[in-house]
Amino acid sequence: MSAASQSAPVAMPAGFLDTERRSKRALGFWVYLMSDAIIFALVFATYVVLSRNYAGGPTAAELFDLKRTFGETMLLLFSSATFGFATLAMLEGNRARLLVWLVLTVALGAGFVALEIGEFLGMIEGGATPDRSAFLSAFFTLVGLHGLHVSVGLVWILVLMGQLLIKGLTRPVASRLFRLGLFWHFLDIIWIGIFSVVYLPGVL
Amino acid sequence: MLGRLSIDALPLYSWVAMTGAFVTIAGALSVLGLVTWMGKWRYLWTEWLTSVDHKRIGIMYVVLALVMLMRGFIDALMMRSQQAIALNSEGYLPPDHFDQIFSSHGTIMVIFMAMPFLTGLINIVVPQQIGARDVAFPFLNSLSFWLTAGGAGLVLVSLVIGKFSTAGWTGYPPYSGIDYNPYVGVDYWVWSLVLSGVASTLTGINFIVTILKMRAPGMTLMRMPLMTWTALCASLLMAFAFPALTVAGGMLELDRLFGMHFFTNDAGGNIMMFANLLWIWGHPEVYILILPAFGVFSHVVTTFSGKRLFGYASLVYATIAIMILSFSVWLHHFFTMGSSANVNAFFGIATMIIAVPTGVKVFDWIFTMYRGRIRFHTSMLFTLGFLVTFVIGGVSGVLLAVPPVDFLMHNTTFLVAHFHNMLIPGALFGYFAGFQFWFPKAFGFRLDERWGNRSFWCWIIGFYLAFMPLYYLGFMGMPRRMEHYSVADWQPHLIVAAAGAALILVGIILMIVQLVVSVRRRDELRDLAGDPWNGRTLEWLTSSPPAPYNFAVIPEVRGLDAFHELKERGVAYVRPDHYEDIRMPKNTACGLLIGGCAFVFGFAMVWHLWWLAVISVLAGLVVVVFRGSQDETEYTMSAQEVEAIENARYEQLAKAPRPEFDEEEEVIPGAPLRGGVM
Amino acid sequence: MIAVSKRLDGWRLRYRFRQLLRHTNHQLTRRFQMLQAVAGVALMTGGCGIRYSPTLNPKGPIAEVERELLMNAFMIMLIVVIPVFVLTFWFAWHYREGNKKATYAPDWSYSWKIDSITWIVPALIVVSLGLHVWVYTHLLDPYRKLNVEAKPLEVSVVAQDWKWLFLYPEQNIASVNQLVFPKGVPLNLRITSDTVLNSFFIPALGGQIFAMAGMRTELKLLADEPGQFMGKNTQYSGRGFSDQHFQAIATTPEEFEDWVAKVRRSPNKLDGASYAKLAKPTIAHPVTYYSGFAADLFDQIIQKYGSCDDCPGTGTSQ
Repeated sequence: MSAASQSAPVAMPAGFLDTERRSKRALGFWVYLMSDAIIFALVFATYVVLSRNYAGGPTAAELFDLKRTFGETMLLLFSSATFGFATLAMLEGNRARLLVWLVLTVALGAGFVALEIGEFLGMIEGGATPDRSAFLSAFFTLVGLHGLHVSVGLVWILVLMGQLLIKGLTRPVASRLFRLGLFWHFLDIIWIGIFSVVYLPGVL
Repeated sequence: MLGRLSIDALPLYSWVAMTGAFVTIAGALSVLGLVTWMGKWRYLWTEWLTSVDHKRIGIMYVVLALVMLMRGFIDALMMRSQQAIALNSEGYLPPDHFDQIFSSHGTIMVIFMAMPFLTGLINIVVPQQIGARDVAFPFLNSLSFWLTAGGAGLVLVSLVIGKFSTAGWTGYPPYSGIDYNPYVGVDYWVWSLVLSGVASTLTGINFIVTILKMRAPGMTLMRMPLMTWTALCASLLMAFAFPALTVAGGMLELDRLFGMHFFTNDAGGNIMMFANLLWIWGHPEVYILILPAFGVFSHVVTTFSGKRLFGYASLVYATIAIMILSFSVWLHHFFTMGSSANVNAFFGIATMIIAVPTGVKVFDWIFTMYRGRIRFHTSMLFTLGFLVTFVIGGVSGVLLAVPPVDFLMHNTTFLVAHFHNMLIPGALFGYFAGFQFWFPKAFGFRLDERWGNRSFWCWIIGFYLAFMPLYYLGFMGMPRRMEHYSVADWQPHLIVAAAGAALILVGIILMIVQLVVSVRRRDELRDLAGDPWNGRTLEWLTSSPPAPYNFAVIPEVRGLDAFHELKERGVAYVRPDHYEDIRMPKNTACGLLIGGCAFVFGFAMVWHLWWLAVISVLAGLVVVVFRGSQDETEYTMSAQEVEAIENARYEQLAKAPRPEFDEEEEVIPGAPLRGGVM
Repeated sequence: MIAVSKRLDGWRLRYRFRQLLRHTNHQLTRRFQMLQAVAGVALMTGGCGIRYSPTLNPKGPIAEVERELLMNAFMIMLIVVIPVFVLTFWFAWHYREGNKKATYAPDWSYSWKIDSITWIVPALIVVSLGLHVWVYTHLLDPYRKLNVEAKPLEVSVVAQDWKWLFLYPEQNIASVNQLVFPKGVPLNLRITSDTVLNSFFIPALGGQIFAMAGMRTELKLLADEPGQFMGKNTQYSGRGFSDQHFQAIATTPEEFEDWVAKVRRSPNKLDGASYAKLAKPTIAHPVTYYSGFAADLFDQIIQKYGSCDDCPGTGTSQ
């Protein structure tokens, strides 16, 4: 850690992060993601248990619109891809290109959230509210929890874009971007789970 | 604007509740007044509240735990005295106060006493044991503490404003649902649980990384001290079991806030889903509480037997086995649900398998004493008390693991006796042993042993008096949580149990006496060398209390009992030829601020003060973003500063009296104390 | 002392573990009879006697087998408990610091013999207990029919705030807070709740089982002799919980007929309106009789929460 006191490279002035600290943070963040994955796993399990408890209310087959879900899926998958390109730009040290890819990611992610909110509002207008049946409670909670994660991710991207603009592509910012990337791709994987556990069996 | 908050929230419904509220307010005001009178606000703020030093945070955790222990124990006394007198009478507690008391007793003791206590001990000890200068994420550590404190604050506030939950510490729906429990109690319970649950998850993550990534060179996994191993396993459980509590609590709150139907009777809800989720957390939680205590016992028994630990590898594997198995037994908490015999038998057998590694541990500690030189320090007494008492709890636990026996004993006082028999000797005695053992490390002077021993005898005898009758009452068919009863044969046993509780009260008073006496005699009890018990692990290499950076030079580890080995080689106190700059984390108020926002958020959600909830979330978010944008979170302590601190330490070491077991040893140059022992 | 095997013969169970069980039990009986007697005496002198304790002094075969299982498991565990007590006190005393005569071996830290014993002995005990668990859990499965000559008495049980309603479909009568049944006749209980989670328990006759709204559990009980036993809800359910107990009365067949006749004379009938009135929360509800109820009342109570067809617990588990 004594290396930390030496002067840092010019390109990355403040807050020199040695590899040891970066690896600690990466491990810590992985453990957090696994912990979060358990939250999702338990909400998934609850959904599966309650997924046919319609209580005389609307059923999954009546509510789900695969076309819309397909659109959501595409937006999220593409946002993962654009984040991948953003990471490549970051590794090249190209801040401008990095920002462009991040803007695209935000746009795609926001599109996803907008579609999801639209889906929710449509269901609620049609009387399929979260308090209608256990199935709907579990549906709104599981999908909503994922949507909330995506929204937090969007805020996080915006904050890091702000840091990029103000501080430049410093090592601490890069390190944060790296963990944000893990988070963003993680949400993609969760969405695949939602698509296959919630939407597909609901319609098929 | 005020949501559900109105004048009715004040505890005007009973004089007992009013007294509770009064004591809470008076306690808070007197602490604030005392700090103001002593003019210590600045000191408190800069040195403690904003500190990210793991030792300071650890001490704050333990203080929180002791305060909450008082609160939880008063609840226990009230229940025991109520049941002692409530034969065919209402006693002095009405049902809707009695149920708040047993709910808060359980919640406080598990979540706000035991968890902070063990987290505090881990904080103080583990980084030093592995030769680290701090934890992996010092700020996160501070944040965890303040979130826990925020949760504890919610429980305390519920004494004054509104009511606490009446649904027991497990909060089973649908009784805890909005239909049967419309007032704020359950909401206080959920939000305090969620805050501390998030805090524990973060603590778990922090210590997993600390232990895996920050060990001194040479400390392989199989050279880690037992306390570090148990802390690692407990941390893994915290990180991976607490999410279940968050999910269960969150869904219950969604039911309550938005009329959802996860755990309602109607509209397709499934009440037993809650039981599953709760115990998927709840059973690992038991081992989160007990494993660190097992770590403490391992150190106490080796140190005060003056001997190496027997069967280190077995103890490690047993710990890991317990950690893994603890996820596979949750259903034994509701065998009476009516699931099939195959399911019940599976979980019954899985539960019993845990008894094997636990039994192994007990024998390993016993054989550590074999051919030792046992000194009966207070912590050793607690360990011996644990060994014999815990086995009784283990027996009753295995009995309850047999599903048909559980059908007979479930929900009776037998069950209550069982889990107190596990958690008081198994967890609490371990924390007390750790408190007595590491107190000099944290504060620089030892605790008075005479008063400690007296307190121990009150605790252990009080424990047997309080809980053995409950076992028997279970055989007599007495359900738990009875506010009054009409079976005259129960009363004598309940009176004995109340007497036991009173004796434990004496034990607690004697602990306070011990603390006061020790502070007064602190100069006599001073621990100049930093190694008052002839310790074996690295935390005894540092000074007492340790320098902020713990180790000026990170020690090199060559064996299991690293410090013992350094002493044997005579190099424990060799002065290094030069010092280097040390990077240390800067203090920050961010953890305190986020914890404060979380507390306000919890309060706002309890009372449906939506505007306040939104403000507190936004404020918390601002602090998170602010903190997340800081690049310079460390400062450099220069080599000169380090040298000054270390020189003072060596002067102190030279003054240290040489312990009697060291008399034949030659003084080794550079090692003012004993160079090697035995 | 242990009459499990005799009991099993009496029930003429076609149970595939019977031989194994009988074998285990005979062995255990012999080996631990002494210890059991000692423990029994200790309990007698320690408390105010076993006769007040329904669990230790059961009145029916199910509670009796459960009690014996408890005793067996306890005795097996003494294999570990006694050494722990003896060794702890012995080592702590013998190797005290003041005893300079005791051997001191500060670096001794391992013996494969001791290590193996500490793993193998507890493991063997758990194997033995595990067999017990498997066999007895199936044997004492609350859903399993008792194989007794007599025709079972069917009773539907509804937990309410804070009382118990017993419906006798064959007799078309109902009673609140009083469960009467002839001795020697298997009692087939179907249990649900019209309120929060409850747990139905008659300690003298057998173990408890949850009562859950919208779901049905079952319990089979049998009383060997006439008597009045305490029945309870053991799951905290609110204000009236402490008073939510009922009389469980085992009678002779004649007395039972008399009781049925008495209930039939009650002017009250349990229809929609009177049921709704009864279901309202009451504390320490007096014993009340009804001389009739709608045939599908029990199913209606379940189905009014009924929102799923395959909720766990709605069917029997077998």
